[in-house]
Amino acid sequence: MTDFVLNILLQTVRISVPYILAAVGGVFSESSGVINIGLEGIMLNGAFCSVVGTYYLGNPWLGLIAGVTGGIITSVIHAVSCIRYKVNHIVSGVAINIFAVGITKFFLILVFGSSSNSARIIPLKLITFPVIGGISPVIVITVFIVVLAHVILFKTPFGLRLRACGENPAAADSLGINVWLMRYSGVAISGALAGLAGAWLAMQQSQFTSNMSSGRGFIALAAMIFGKWTPLGATGAALIFGLAESIQIHVQTMGVNIPSQFIQSIPYLLTIIVLSGLIGRSEPPAAVGKPYPEELSL
Amino acid sequence: MKRKTLMINLAVPLMAVLFSLAVGALFILITGKNPFFVYSILFSGIFGNLYGIGQLFFYATPLIFTGLAVAFAFKAGLFNIGCEGQLYMGSLLCAWTGCVFSGLPGLLLIPVCLAAAAAGGAAWGFIPGMLKAKTGAHEVITTIMLNFIALAFTNYIVTSHFFVPGTVRTPQIAAAARLPAIAGILPGFKGSSLNFSFFIALAAALAVWYILYLSRFGYELRAMGYNPAAGEYAGVDSSKMMIVTLAVSGGISGLVGSNYVMGYKYYFEQGFSGGVGFMGIAVALLGKNHPFGIIAASLLFGGLSFGSLLVNSVVPKEILDILQAVVILSVVVGNTVFSRILLRNSATGDDKPDTQRADAIIGEQVSREGLRRK
Amino acid sequence: MAFLAVELRNITKTFPGVIANNNINLGVKDGEIHAIVGENGAGKSTLMNILYGLEHQDKGNIVIRGKKVRMENPHVAISHGIGMVHQHFMLVRRFTVAENIVLGREPRRGPFTDIRKGLEKIREISDRYGFGIPAGEITGNLPVGMLQRAEIVKVLYRGAKILILDEPTAVLTPQEVKELFLILRNLKEQGHTVIFITHKLKEVMEIADRVTVMRKGAVAGVRQTGETDESELSRMMIGRTVYLETGRKKAEKKETLLELRGVSLEDEKGVKALDNVSLELSSGEILGIAGVEGNGQNDLLEAVWGLKKTSSGKIYLMGRDITRLEPARARREGMSYIPADRQRHGLVLEYSVAFNMALGRQADRSFSHGIWKMNFTGMREKSRQMISEYNIVPGNPGAPAYSLSGGNQQKIVVAREIDRNPSVLLAAHPTRGVDIGVVEIIYKKLLEERAKGKGIILVSSELSEILALSDRILVMFSGRITGETSPDKTCEEELGMMMTGSISMQERQ
Repeated sequence: MTDFVLNILLQTVRISVPYILAAVGGVFSESSGVINIGLEGIMLNGAFCSVVGTYYLGNPWLGLIAGVTGGIITSVIHAVSCIRYKVNHIVSGVAINIFAVGITKFFLILVFGSSSNSARIIPLKLITFPVIGGISPVIVITVFIVVLAHVILFKTPFGLRLRACGENPAAADSLGINVWLMRYSGVAISGALAGLAGAWLAMQQSQFTSNMSSGRGFIALAAMIFGKWTPLGATGAALIFGLAESIQIHVQTMGVNIPSQFIQSIPYLLTIIVLSGLIGRSEPPAAVGKPYPEELSL
Repeated sequence: MKRKTLMINLAVPLMAVLFSLAVGALFILITGKNPFFVYSILFSGIFGNLYGIGQLFFYATPLIFTGLAVAFAFKAGLFNIGCEGQLYMGSLLCAWTGCVFSGLPGLLLIPVCLAAAAAGGAAWGFIPGMLKAKTGAHEVITTIMLNFIALAFTNYIVTSHFFVPGTVRTPQIAAAARLPAIAGILPGFKGSSLNFSFFIALAAALAVWYILYLSRFGYELRAMGYNPAAGEYAGVDSSKMMIVTLAVSGGISGLVGSNYVMGYKYYFEQGFSGGVGFMGIAVALLGKNHPFGIIAASLLFGGLSFGSLLVNSVVPKEILDILQAVVILSVVVGNTVFSRILLRNSATGDDKPDTQRADAIIGEQVSREGLRRK
Repeated sequence: MAFLAVELRNITKTFPGVIANNNINLGVKDGEIHAIVGENGAGKSTLMNILYGLEHQDKGNIVIRGKKVRMENPHVAISHGIGMVHQHFMLVRRFTVAENIVLGREPRRGPFTDIRKGLEKIREISDRYGFGIPAGEITGNLPVGMLQRAEIVKVLYRGAKILILDEPTAVLTPQEVKELFLILRNLKEQGHTVIFITHKLKEVMEIADRVTVMRKGAVAGVRQTGETDESELSRMMIGRTVYLETGRKKAEKKETLLELRGVSLEDEKGVKALDNVSLELSSGEILGIAGVEGNGQNDLLEAVWGLKKTSSGKIYLMGRDITRLEPARARREGMSYIPADRQRHGLVLEYSVAFNMALGRQADRSFSHGIWKMNFTGMREKSRQMISEYNIVPGNPGAPAYSLSGGNQQKIVVAREIDRNPSVLLAAHPTRGVDIGVVEIIYKKLLEERAKGKGIILVSSELSEILALSDRILVMFSGRITGETSPDKTCEEELGMMMTGSISMQERQ
C-alpha cells in the first residue's frame, strides 16, 4: 500500500514538473505585465533544442542548457513583439505557438530525417535518495527554482520592481525603473523556465516527438491562474493537476473506469471556476497585457 | 485620413506577405533547394488548373468561418480564441443530427444540420459570454480552457458513445444531409473537395458585413467595442450584447462543420480541424477584422495550407507552417510601425490634432483608452 | 550670490501642431512656495514634465542651483533633489504604502529588501512633517487625501529638496486641502522648495510666496502674492476680463417634471453615495446642484438616468414612476443626459461626428429603420443641421470624433442631447474643459431650453456657473442634500461653506 501511494506521489511529481516550471515562468512574465500564452510553443522549442544539444554535444547537462537557451530565444521573440512593437500579447502568443510547431518539425526532418521523432538521446543520470529511490536531478532543480522564485518575487528589490511594472508601469517609470528592461527580464525568465520544462519532457522520453508539449503549456497557464499568479500557488495548483492525472492512470490500471477525458478537463474547469470567482476569486496583475507607454493604434 | 488608413490596411498585409515569402526563401535555402523553384511549384499547383483553385477555396472555407467568428467578437471588444472548441462542438452536433434525423428529406435535413452546427458552436460561445457578463471572468482565458474541455468532451463521445468501432469518428451522416460537391456540378473541378459550404461561408461574410456596418445592431455592437461606457450610456445592454456576440461568434465557428462534416468526409472525426480555430485569429488579423478582408486572408492562409502539400515532395511542408506564423507577426508588427509613421506624418500634415488631443498624445496615455481622460 | 533653486532658461517645446512651451523663463527661489497658474492647456504640466525629465525641451536650458543639468530622465531629476507628485497618482494599488514609497530605491540587507528599515525611515519623515500615513496598509484601501500624502512622502524619501506638485488640490476635499497646506508650510519651514501647479487663484493667494502666470504656452508675468490680487492674476491668465452675462428673466414655476422621493444609492463598497435624497424639478427651471466633487452629484444624475441602481426611494417623471429605469427607456421617456465625462460616456471617439450624433438615439426614425437598418441619409442631414446650429468645427459629419477639439466634442454632446427635445435635461459639468467661446454658446442653449419650459438639473463644480444659470440651488454633501438657496440669496463664499458642511441650512437661518 505504501508503495502504491509512493508510486502515485512520484508520478504526480513527474507529471507536475513541466507544469510547475512553465507556470512559475508564466508568473514572472505576467507579473511584469506580459501575457504569455506562448508557453506551449516555448516549451516545444525548449524540448527540441535540448534534444539537439544532447545529441550533438553528447552530454544531457549541456542539452538541458541548450533547452533553456532555446526557450529564452523563443520568448525574446514574444517579448520584442509585445514590448517593442506593442503587438497584442495574445496574438503574439498564438503566433509563437504556431511558429514553434512548424519550426521544430522542420528541423526535426532536417536533423533527424523524420517528421515524427528524433533519435534517442542519453538521459540524465538519476540521483538516488533513500526510500524514494532514484529521481531526476531536474526535480531537485525544480524545487530549488520554486523557492528561489518566491524569494526573488517577494523579498528582493528586483521582484518588487518587476511586480510594479505589471501593476502600474507608469508609476514604476516615474521612479526611474526601466519598465522595458523589467518586462524583457520577466519574459526571458518565463522562456528559460518553460524551456527547461520542455527539456524535461524530452529527457523523460529520451527523445523529441513532434508536438510533444501537447497542451501542457496551457495547463501551466491554468495552474498559474489557479495559483493566483504566485510561484507557490502555481506550484500547488500544478501538483493538484498532476495528482489528478496520476490517480486516473493508476485507477485505470486497477480496472476502475473514470473517463480519462473527465480527469483531463479538471484543470480547465477549476480555472474557469476560480476566474469566475465562484471559489476564491483570482485576479491578474492590473496592467497585464497593456503596452507601455500606451500608444495610439489606428 | 481615411485614404491613408486604407493604404495602411492594404500595404501592411501585402508587405507582410512579401516579407514572409522572403523568410520562407531563407528556410528553403537551408534545405539546399532553390526558393524560386519551390515557389513556382506552389503557384502553378494552385493557379495552374481548376483543381488547384478548387482546393484553394476548399482550404479557405473553414478559415473564412473562424476568421469571421474572431472578427465579429473583436468588433464588440471581445477576444474569442475559443473557435477551436466551438467548431468541435458544432461539428459533432452537426454529425449527430445528420445521423439521427436521417429520415428527413434533404430540403429539410440540410438546414437542420446547419442549424445544429451553428447551435453547437453558439452554445460553446454562450458560456464564456455568460461568464464574462455575470462574473467578469476574462473571455480569453475561459475560451482557451473551454477549447480543451470541448476537445475532451468530443473525444469522450467519439471513443465511448457515438463512433465507428476501431476509429475515433462518428458514422456517416445521411445522404440527404450532404452538401453537393462542386466537382459534381462543374467537372473541371474534378478531384477537388470544394463543396457548397464555400458559398455558405461567402454568404456568412456578407451577412456579417451587413450586420456590422449597416444595421443598428452592428452600430451598437461596435460602439460597445470601441467604448463600453459610452455604449452603456447610450442604452446598449452590455451584458446582453456580450452574451449574444460571443454566442453568434461561436455559431459562426460551428459552421465549420458544414465544410468537413456535411461537405467533405460526411462524418466527425477527432482532430479534424488542424488548428483552423487558432488560424482564425491570424485570418481576422490579416483581414483587418473586415469580412471582405477576411475572405482575402483566408485565401492566403488556405493557399499556404494547400500549398504545403504541393511542395512536400521537395521541401518539408512545415516551411509553410512557419510562414503562417511569420505572416501573423509581421502583420502586427507592421501595423505598429506604420501607425507610428502615420501619426508622425498626419501631425505635420493637414489633419492637425487639436491641443487636447496633442495633450493626450504627449501625456501618459495614448491608446484607444488613452484618448479618453482617466 | 545665492543661486536660484531652479532656473528654466528659454525653454521651448513643440508637439505636432502645438507649441506647448514658447521660450519660457522661470526662476524659483530656494525655500519658497512658487505657484504656476494658467488655464488648461497653458503648458504648465509640459513645463514641469520637462523639469522632471519626463519630456525633453527642444530648446533652452535647465539650471539647478547654478548648475546646468541635462534632464535625461526622472532619475537625473531625482539625483538633483527634484521630486514630482503627479496629478494622477503613481501608486500600485496592491502594494502597501511602504512598498510604494521605497519602490526603486529599496533599502537592502544583502540581496533582500529590508522593508523594516524602509518603514523606520518612512515613520521618521511622516512624524517630522506631520503626514501621519499608515505605512503598512494596502494602498488601494486608502482615501484620496492619504494617497496624495503617500506620494509626497515618496518624493521626500528620495531626498527631494524641490517638490513639484501638479494640481494637488483638484481631488481633495476642503478639509484635506487645509491639511495639505499645513504640510506644505512645514516643508517650507524646513528648507524645502515647493512648485505648485494650479488654476485656482484662491489657493495661490493663500499658500504661495510668488506666482508665475502662464498663458498659451508663454509666461504672462511673475508676481509676489503680497503685491497682487486675484483679479489681476485672472486677467493675466485669461487675457481679458470675462463676464458671462446670462441676462435671464425669472421664470414662473409651472408643473413638476421630475420628482425624487427619498432616493438612496450604495456604491460597490456599500458606502452610501446617495442618502435619502428628495427633490423636485419644475418646468422652465434650472436647478443647480452645488457640491465638492464626489459628494453624490454625479451619482444623483446617474441614478435618475438608470446607469446606477437605487437601493430605495422613488423617482417620478411627470407623475410616472421611473425608478430603476434602463438608460434606453429613460431616453424614450423624454430625458436627456449630458454626462460628466464626455470622452468616457458621451462619445465613441472612433466614430464619426454623424455617428456620435446618433449615439443613444440610434433607434429614432431619423437614425435607423428598425434594428436591422441604419438610416445614413437621415443621420447626415441631422448632423449637418446640428453642426451649423452649434458651429461645430470641422463641419464634416464624416470626420472621426477624436480629430475634434475638446470644445467641439462637447458641442456634439450638448447638441445631440438638446436636439432630442427632452422635457428634462440632466447636465453634468456641461462646460468642463471647454474654451470660453464655447461656454457662451452652451449657456445660451441651456437658457433657451429653460425658456421653452424644459426642466434642467445642472451639476457643476464651477460655482460661478451655478450662480449664473440656476433658478434654485441645492447643496450636496456626502450624499445628502444639505441646503437649498437661490443665486440672489447667496454668494460663492457662503455656498463654499455649505458645500464643505461647515454651515448647514438650520445654522444659516
